[in-house]
Formats: sequence, C-alpha cells, structure tokens
Amino acid sequence: MTAPILTINGLTKAYPGVVANDDVSFSVGRGEVHALLGENGAGKSTLVKMIYGLVKPDSGSMTFADAPFAPSSPQEARSTGIAMVFQHFSLFEALNVAENVALGMENPPPMRELATRIREVSDTYGLPLDPNRMVGDLSAGERQRVEIIRCLLQDPKLLIMDEPTSVLTPQEVDILFQTLRKLQSEGTSILYISHKLEEIRSLCEGATILRLGKVVGSCDPREKSARELAEMMVGTELKTPTSAAHEPGPVALEVSGLTVRPASPFGTVLKDVSFSVREGEILGIGGVAGNGQDELLGALSGEMLSEDDAVKLEGKPIGRLGPNLRRGIGLQAAPEERLGHAAAPDMSLIENAVLSARVRQNLDRNGFIDWRKARDFAEQVIEAFDVRTPGPGNAARALSGGNLQKFVIGREILQSPKVFVVNQPTWGVDASAAASIRQAILDLAVAGSAVVVISQDLDELMEISDLFAALNEGRLSDPRPARGLTIDEIGLMMGGAHGMEVAHV
Amino acid sequence: MEFGSINPVLLVASLMVASTPILLAAIGELIAEKSGVLNLGVEGMMIVGAVTGFIVAVQTGSPFLGFVAAAAGAAVLAFLFAVLVLFFLSNQVATGLGLTLFGLGISALMGQGYVGIRPPASPRWDFFGLSELPVVGPILFNQHPLVYLSLILVAATWYVLRSTRMGLVLRAVGESHDAAHALGYSVHGTRIAAILFGGACAGLGGAFLSLVIVPQWTDGMTAGRGWIALAIVVFASWRPWRVLLGAYLFGGVTVLQLNLQAAGIAIPVELLSMSPYLITILVLVIISSDRNRAALNAPASLGRAFHASH
Repeated sequence: MTAPILTINGLTKAYPGVVANDDVSFSVGRGEVHALLGENGAGKSTLVKMIYGLVKPDSGSMTFADAPFAPSSPQEARSTGIAMVFQHFSLFEALNVAENVALGMENPPPMRELATRIREVSDTYGLPLDPNRMVGDLSAGERQRVEIIRCLLQDPKLLIMDEPTSVLTPQEVDILFQTLRKLQSEGTSILYISHKLEEIRSLCEGATILRLGKVVGSCDPREKSARELAEMMVGTELKTPTSAAHEPGPVALEVSGLTVRPASPFGTVLKDVSFSVREGEILGIGGVAGNGQDELLGALSGEMLSEDDAVKLEGKPIGRLGPNLRRGIGLQAAPEERLGHAAAPDMSLIENAVLSARVRQNLDRNGFIDWRKARDFAEQVIEAFDVRTPGPGNAARALSGGNLQKFVIGREILQSPKVFVVNQPTWGVDASAAASIRQAILDLAVAGSAVVVISQDLDELMEISDLFAALNEGRLSDPRPARGLTIDEIGLMMGGAHGMEVAHV
Repeated sequence: MEFGSINPVLLVASLMVASTPILLAAIGELIAEKSGVLNLGVEGMMIVGAVTGFIVAVQTGSPFLGFVAAAAGAAVLAFLFAVLVLFFLSNQVATGLGLTLFGLGISALMGQGYVGIRPPASPRWDFFGLSELPVVGPILFNQHPLVYLSLILVAATWYVLRSTRMGLVLRAVGESHDAAHALGYSVHGTRIAAILFGGACAGLGGAFLSLVIVPQWTDGMTAGRGWIALAIVVFASWRPWRVLLGAYLFGGVTVLQLNLQAAGIAIPVELLSMSPYLITILVLVIISSDRNRAALNAPASLGRAFHASH
C-alpha cells in the first residue's frame, strides 16, 4: 500500500461533561476500505464530523492527500475530495432528487444537465433513480441511493459512510457492497462506519476500534471473528440471551385484514395485515425502515383506530378502542422514539410511569394521582431493570438512551401485559443494555405473554423470535418459524432488492 | 363602461393601489416562512415602517427617502426578532406577537407630533403619455412606482425560489434545517437574511399606506393588514402568484365595498366592511383545500427552533 490518503494525528474534541474524542490517531490507505468500529457514544460520529468539517477539533491535526488538512466547513471538505453518506439522512423530503443532489455539490451544473448526469451515474452503478421524483415519496433504500449518487457525482477521493446498511435489505446490502468494491477498484478510499460486524468482516481491509472516545485497537477484520470484534468494542465478554423451554398457549392477539391510512402525507398505508400470536410466543417483524413499522405499532397500541374486528385480544374485537382502554385489558406497547413518544422528555420518571401505568397499576384514586404508589412503581422499574439514574424524580431527558429504553420497556413489562408490542427495542442502545432488554423480552414470553417485536435488526430478531414476518410497503408477509430461515429467504420476504441491479461495467 | 356610479377601470386601478401594502408584506413573509421562520410580527413591522417613512418623508421632503427609511426601520425591528428567535431560541409565536404589540406601541410614540400633517406627494410615473390610453392607461401606466416594484417582487420571488441556487438553499433550510446544516449551509445566515427581507417588505407596505394611500399618520392605521398578509401566505400555500391573487382579491373587495357603500346599496355597512376579510379567506381556503398538496409546499421546519448540536 502507498502513502495513506488520510492521516489523523491526536484529534481531541471535548464537549461540556464529556470527551467525545481523546487523542485519536489512525490512517486510511489509498483504495482501502477502512472500518471505524465502536458502540453508540464511542465517538465515531464526532470523529467523522471533524473530518467532514462540521466540527472543529480542540487539538490534533490531519493530513489529506499528503497536504495538511483542517476543513472549516463541509464545503471545504467536499472541494478537497471528501464525500459523506449520513446515518440520519441529510435529505429534504419536499424537494426532488435532482435538487437534493445539487444541494450536496459545490458547483452543480444546470438542473437539466444534472438530471442527465444523475441518470448516467445511477445506470453505471446499478442504482436506478428518477431525478424528478420527490424524495418524500422514495423508499429508504432509494433515499440512500440519492445520497450515494450525490457523493459519486463529485468523484471523491475518500467516501465516508456512516451506518449505511441499517436501512437496507440483505439483497440491497449485497448490491451496495458491489458498488463499493467497484469504487475501491477505481482507487477511491472508503471510511466505513458500522456496528454490523459480519458486514465489516466481508468488506473492510482494516479497522480502528473506538471505545469511549479512545482508540483501543486496530486489526484486520478478515482475520477476526465477529465475536472477537464485538468484545474489542465492548471491552468485556458478551452474554447471549437465553430462553427457558416452554409451550405456547392459546392465541392472545389476532390481527386480520388490518388496513390503516397514515396521518402524515409521507407515511405508509398498512394493507391487509394479518397475523396471530399465541401466549408465550414471540413474533419478530422485520423490514426496512419506513415500510409501515410506525403505523403497525400505532394500530396495535390504539393510537390509530381501525375496523373493530381487525384487531382482537383474546377473541374480543378492540379495533376501535384507544390506547388507555387497550392498556386496561392488557395490551401494552413501547414505540420506537424514546423521547417524545414513549416518554415525555421534560417530565420525571414518576410522571412518565403514571402516564402509561395509571390504569393497570391503579395509580390514581377519584381522579387524583396517588404519588406514593406512583413513586413505588417507578422505583420498582428502576430496580428491576437496572436503570442508571440518581432517582425516579429525574427528568426522562436526563437519562442516556440505553437507560431510558430500559425504563420504558421495564415500565410496560412490569405491568404484566397479556400482549406486549415493541418497536426497535434496542435501537441506539449499547451492547450490554441490549442484551439485558432482549433477555427481559424472552423472560416475559416464558411467563406467558404474547410478544410482537418490530425491529430492523435482523440478528436481534433471529436471536429472540419464534416466528418471523416482514413488512414491505405496508404489507406483512406470512409469519414463518424463525428457526432455520436463511438470510436470503429473509431478504426476499423483505422485498428483495427493490429494483436495484448489480453495478454494470 | 359604467355600472351605476362604479367605473370598472378606476376600480381596477385603485384596487392595485389598495392591495399593494398587503402584497408587499405578504411576499416578505413568504420568504421568511420559506426559510422556516414564522414571524407573526408583520403588523408591527408594517406600522413601524409606516411611521418611520412618514417622519423621514416629512422631515426631508423626499418620499423616496421616506420609503428607504421605512424599509430600514422595519428591518431593524425584524433584526430584533431574528436575534431573539435565532440566538436566544425564544418561541417564534410569542416573540412575533410581542413584536406586533411593541411595534404598535412604539409607532404611536414616534408619531405623536405628526398627526394631521400631510406628507409630500410622491410623483407618478408617466410612460411618455401612455397613461392617456383608454382602459389600459390608468391601469398599467399611471401607477405609483411601488406598485410596479411589488409586482416585480412577486415575479422575482417566484423565479428565485424556483430556479436559482439561492432559492434552493432557502427552501432547503426551511424544509430541514438539520440536513442543511449537515451539508454545510448556514441556517442562521439564511434565516437572518430572510427575516430582514421580510421586515423591509413589510415596512415598505406600511409606508405605502401612510405616504400614498391615506396619506396621513394615525395610530394603528395598518388596521389588521399585517394579519391578512399572514393569512394570505398560508392559504396561498406559500406560492408567490397565489399571494398576488389573494392580495388583489382582498384589495379588490375592499375597494368594491367602499364604492358600494358610496353608491348607497341597501346592504348593512358592517357586512360590507367585513366582506374583504371573509371573501379573501374563503377563496383561499377553497384553493388550498387539497390538504396533502398544501402540506407538500409548506416548509417542514416552519416555526421550529434550530440549535446546532454536534
């Protein structure tokens, strides 16, 4: 390998109360695919933001293509030859594809010319895209194509990809990897951020591992096992969640022909969704983000009403009941968005406990809240689920993502629901907290509850579900036993490659 | 060409004049809202523009300087709003309402010595005698320069938003400030510029009222026109040409009902007086009744505070 394209020397960035990056050094070779590994909060995002000119380092230096490099803005980074695909999309829903691409370029050609070039490049790399479509109407996979094409049009020397595959089906991941390998063969270096270890093992040639803002190691991921990589990231041994043997009981939740329209113009319509879950069973629902997950959770929790018969709890139709009535008869739900949906950010944990558990735990009397009981219940949740917080009086906002997630899930589980529906139970949660949340879900099923887990993390679903089904454009595939499903089969259930093709040439 | 005592040519010519303050204020607010800022202080900025323009025009004897001062004065007020909302992250709705109250108060204070004075008349442009042409003459070639400016602004706003990079960045900032920031566009810079533009336009509209339409200074003379401008922007689904339609409709009904009152039609005066507000809002509600399409054009970040978090 020749001289590295990007060298990072002792970069440090501190925020009030936390050192995001502490003396980080590594380098990316020319034409190398280099992985940046680490748990949430390890400092990966801050690091790439410094490379992309969004954040100024407190100290340390970088060189890019043999010249000192200290970008003061993303514009400067782009004109030096760095392009970035963001984790949370940096797209504008109400603008069309060409306009979105133009916004990410320094000197975009006139719109008509740009549209032609988008067609050319998208054809060459097998990422078909219509420049005139509104981004809000595109699927998650298609949106990512917009981001990638925006980068490719600038002929970058270094492409930064922040968690690019979290929204793709396995087939789409395959095609993305072929595109990346083609780029690599053309001499482009790629800095690849992910916590999906198998992907990194198949794609990357070098890896730098971050933990709590520090570089804790580097390795060739092809020579390590996924478990070894994970333990380097976490720094301890990992426990695998286990489930005691048990027999499923009668059907607890039955959904038949559920059709629901979303409230927002860019939402997904649920079309004729049917499934049933028995007591003690866990149904895992996979699928790429934006294919109806939020709507399905809303329709099950009671936030969105449906035909009375479409949702049945223990044979009783509940489609027209609101969330509190459903909680009362034993259907609990934990939505994906922790702050603002599952919990009110500025209210204390006690108040947040009351909001969900008032009915089932009798936390009120004659319209007045029984604060002592409420505090006891909140403390019970904190204790049972190992939520790290100074006390139940703390605001939900003050908790870290993983701790709040444990609280939110614990709050529902401790009400011993007959049916528990959860969306993205371990999203943005560190590995050890994720393992304990999965264990709690397994234990709940063993205790006889029916559980529906909606998640985009296929490994998670394979680990805990008895049945697997996939959402694709608002339709649900027939549930199949999770044991023995191959990644290919799962990918096809999720809708396959959504019209993507393998890179031409 | 006469219907009773109402002359349609004069009606059209005068509706253009009557509509111009609202049109100017609305086009300014459209730009501000497209950048994602909801400034409810239009009424306050208009009246501050009205009084500043009036004072400067009376003192200097130059209506032109009056208009310049009106734009500047209202822009200063808008800058205050920008600082509070963008840097101190104050609530946009509350701050905008405060701005209106503040503007009404300070304008009354500033204008104390100026009640009952006549401002210098501003010249009309006469296009080489074209104004003598029948029908089109009085409508197209005998208007105040600001009427032409307001029409040019509508066309320019439409063109800039649709086809220029500047307009694209403005729309992007209003659509998702987080994404715009991640791509390296200055959210605050764009919004300050948009708010100042909105203020200057509102100020011009106010001065057109006090220097040309009335022409006199009285307390609270904008009489809710700023609020109508705000309503027009929303019901026009943030489209410049519909803003023009809404503003001219409002101005048209205003002039028509005055004529009807003068003609002694047997409709209660109260009903006639409220008709411009009712009819304008009714028509625009019907136009924007397709809620999904209207939502598509609405700036998604409208009214949300932006705080760069890294």
